[in-house]
Amino acid sequence: QAMEKSRPLWDNPLQFVFACISYAVGLGNVWRFPYLCQMYGGGGFLIPYFIMLIAEGMPLLYLELAVGQRMRQGSIGAWKIISPYLCGVGVASVVVSSFLSMYYNVINAWAFWYLFHSFQDPLPWATCPLNSNRTGYEEECEKTSSTQYFWYRQTLNISPSLEASGSVQWEQALCLTLAWLVVYLCILRGTESTGKVVYVTASLPYCVLIIYLIRGLTLHGAVNGLVYMFTPKLEQLSNPKTWISAATQIFFSLGLGFGSLIAFASYNEPSNNCERHAIIVSLINSTTSIFSSIVTFSIYGFKATFNYESCINKVILLLMNAFDLEEGSLTADNLNEMKDYLMATHPQEYAQLSPQLKNCSLEAELDTAVQGTGLAFIVYSEAIKNMEVPQLYSVLYFVMLLMLGIGSMLGNTAAILTPLTDSRVIAARFPKEVISGVVCFINCVIGLIFTMEAGNYWFDIFNDYAATLSLLLIVLVETVAVCYIYGIRRFEKDLHTMIGRKPNWYWKIMWAFASPLLIISLFIFYLTDYILTGTLQYQAWDATQGQLVTKDYPGYALVVIGLLVAASTMCIPLGALLTFIRKRLKRESISTV
Amino acid sequence: VLLLTLSLVAIAHAELCKPDAQNAFKVRLSIKTALGDNAYAWDANEEYLFKAMVAFAMRRYSSKSTTQISNVLLCNVTDRVSFWFVVTDSSKNVTTVPESEVEAAIRMNRNRINSAFLLSDKTLQFLKITSTLSPPVEPSTPVWLIVFGVVLCLIVAGIVFLIVAGIQQRKKKNKESTERENLEEKGEVTVTIENGIPCEALDLKAGHINGVFAADDERFTSL
Repeated sequence: QAMEKSRPLWDNPLQFVFACISYAVGLGNVWRFPYLCQMYGGGGFLIPYFIMLIAEGMPLLYLELAVGQRMRQGSIGAWKIISPYLCGVGVASVVVSSFLSMYYNVINAWAFWYLFHSFQDPLPWATCPLNSNRTGYEEECEKTSSTQYFWYRQTLNISPSLEASGSVQWEQALCLTLAWLVVYLCILRGTESTGKVVYVTASLPYCVLIIYLIRGLTLHGAVNGLVYMFTPKLEQLSNPKTWISAATQIFFSLGLGFGSLIAFASYNEPSNNCERHAIIVSLINSTTSIFSSIVTFSIYGFKATFNYESCINKVILLLMNAFDLEEGSLTADNLNEMKDYLMATHPQEYAQLSPQLKNCSLEAELDTAVQGTGLAFIVYSEAIKNMEVPQLYSVLYFVMLLMLGIGSMLGNTAAILTPLTDSRVIAARFPKEVISGVVCFINCVIGLIFTMEAGNYWFDIFNDYAATLSLLLIVLVETVAVCYIYGIRRFEKDLHTMIGRKPNWYWKIMWAFASPLLIISLFIFYLTDYILTGTLQYQAWDATQGQLVTKDYPGYALVVIGLLVAASTMCIPLGALLTFIRKRLKRESISTV
Repeated sequence: VLLLTLSLVAIAHAELCKPDAQNAFKVRLSIKTALGDNAYAWDANEEYLFKAMVAFAMRRYSSKSTTQISNVLLCNVTDRVSFWFVVTDSSKNVTTVPESEVEAAIRMNRNRINSAFLLSDKTLQFLKITSTLSPPVEPSTPVWLIVFGVVLCLIVAGIVFLIVAGIQQRKKKNKESTERENLEEKGEVTVTIENGIPCEALDLKAGHINGVFAADDERFTSL
C-alpha cells in the first residue's frame, strides 16, 4: 500500500526566519538602497521609506507567508486552492523566478572571480597593467581607472555594444559553474540542507557588515560621506519620484511575488506565528538597508576624500615642477594663495599650464552616485585597494556578497523546485536530487549567455525588465484574490485557526485598500514611464574613451524584452482561460451523459 | 694668465650647460617625497656625488676611462631640486657627448644611480629618459586558478557525499519496508497502523490538515 509521504519541515522556526532573512536581505540592500538614499534627499528619504514599509511591505509579506503556511504547497498549488482560475498566478511566479535564477547567479560568479583574485599582493585592480613595450600603462587603463579597467576589461571583457556578442569567456564560465555547484549543494536535500545553510548565509553578512562598519567609520574622510548622506534634503519629499522609489524599493527588496516566500512558509508547522515573523523579517530587512548604507557612505566618504587629496597633490606636483618651487612650499592649505601669486608673477607660464590644472572638489567626488554592479564591484574595490591589508578586507567583502547572493538564490530555486516536487507527476518518478540537478544544469547552460562578451548588456536587460512589471501585476492579483475572491473573512478564520487570533484592523485595511492602491499606482507610473520614453536605451562601455555611452537597443533586444514581460504576465489570464475552458468541457461532457 | 684661462673655461662651461642646450638633460629630485623626515639637504657635496655617478656611468658604458668628474657640468640648480647637466668630451675640445650615449649610459646604470641617492625612478627623474617599468611578478599558474581548484574540489566532494548518503538512506528505508512487509505476511510483527499509515512512518512533527473538517461554509449549498 502507498505510504503517505509527509511534507518536510524546518527543524525549528528559527530556520524559517533565517531563510526569509537570507532571501530578503540581498544585494539590493547593499547596492540599491544607498543610491536611492543619496538621490532622493539623504536622511529625508527614510520618511517615505518607513511609510511604505508600513503601508505595503509588512502587510504583503504577512499575506504571502500566511498563504504559504495555510495552503502548505508551493505557489502553483497554493493559488489553485484559493481559486482554480488563479493557477496562472502560480505559474507566472515560477516563470519570473526562473528568469531571475538564470541571470542572478552570474553575480555570484563575479563575486567568486573577485574573491579568488583577492589572494594576491598587490590586488590586481590596484594598478594598471603595462602595455606591450613596457614604457607605460595600457591605453584603456590610462583613460579610465584601474578598478574600472579590471571590471570592464579583465572581468567582463565587455564588447562595445549589444550586437557584438563575442565569445564565451571561459574564466567566467568556470566561475558560473562553480556558483551553480554551490547552489546545488545547498538545495540538494531540500529543507534539510537549506535549513542548515541559511544559518550561515543569514548571519555571516552581518558579521562582515559590522567589521566594515568599524573599519569604515575609522577611515580617513568617512565623516564627509556620512554627513553628505544624512543631511536631509527635505525638498525632495515633494518629488513624486521619491515616493515611487521608496515603494518600489520596499516591494522588490522583500522579494514579494516570486513564490519563494510561499515556498518557505509551506514548510512551516501550521501553528507557526507567521504574523510575528513577517514583522520581524521586514523590520530586519529595512534596518539592514540603513545599516549597509551607513557602511557604504563611510566608504564613499573615504574614497571621495582620497581622490580629492590625490587630485590636490597632482596639482601641487604640477605647479612645483613647472615653477621649480621647493618641495613642501605648496600645501593643500596655501594652494589657492600660491596659485594667485604664481598667476600674478608668471602670467604666461601659468596660462599655459591652466588647462591641466583641474579644479578639485570634494562635493563633485561625493556626488558621483553609483548603484548596482558598479557600486559593488568598482567603487568598493577602489576603496578597498587604498586600505591597509587590502587582501583581508577584499576577501571579507566578497565573501559577504557571496553569502547575500547565495541566500537569495536559495529562495529563487526554492520557488521553482517546490511546485515541481509538489506535483505528483514529476515527484513520483524522480528523486528530488535529480530534479534539483536538472534545474541547476539547465539554468547554468542558459546562464552561459551572460558570460559572453556582450553578456553584461543582456544581464542588464534581464535585471531591468524580467521581474519589474510582472511582479507588480502578480502581487496585485494575489492581494485582490485573497481579499475579494477567497474572501477576507475566510482568510481571517484561517489565520485564527493557525495562529490563534484574528488579524486586527490595520492588517485588514492595508490588505483590502492601501496595498492594492499603491501597487496600482506604481504599475500605472511604470507603464506610462516606459511608453513616454519611447525607445529604450542602455549604457555601453566605450573602450576608446574609457567611459560609458548611451546607445539604443536593437530590434531583437526589444523583442526579447517584450517576450520576457509577456511570458510571465500572460500566464495569469491564460491560466484563467484554460481553467474556464476545461470546466466548460467537463460540464458539457457531464451534461451530455 | 691663470685667471684668463679660468674665466675662459668658466665661460665655455656656461655656453655648454644651459637649459635646453644641445645634449643637456634636466634632472629633478623629490627628496622630501621619497625620504620624508630622513631627507638630506641638497648641497655641493651631493652635486659632487652626482657628477661622480654620471662619470661612473659613462665609464662603465663606453669602457674607456677617460671621463672625469670635471667633465660633468651642472647648472641652474633650483630649490625644487632640479638642474641641468651635460657631459663634455675631454678628447675633443669644448664639445659635449651626444645625447644618445649619455642616455644609454644612464639607462644601463639607473639602478646604481638611484641607490646612491636612496631614491627611485619616480623620485630621481631624468626628464628625457623614460624608464622601462618592471613587469609585475607573475607566477606560472595564476593564483586565482589555484584557489578556484581548491574550492571546486571541496564543493564537489560535498555534493558527492550528500548524494551517496541520500542513496544509502533510501536503500536502508527500502530494505526496512520490505523486511516489514515480509514479517507482516508471516504475521509475526504487529504494526500499529493508523488510517493505513504505519505509525513509525508518520512524522509526528508534520500535521495534516484534514480539509473536510476545515470551517468551510462555502462547501455547503446555501439555503
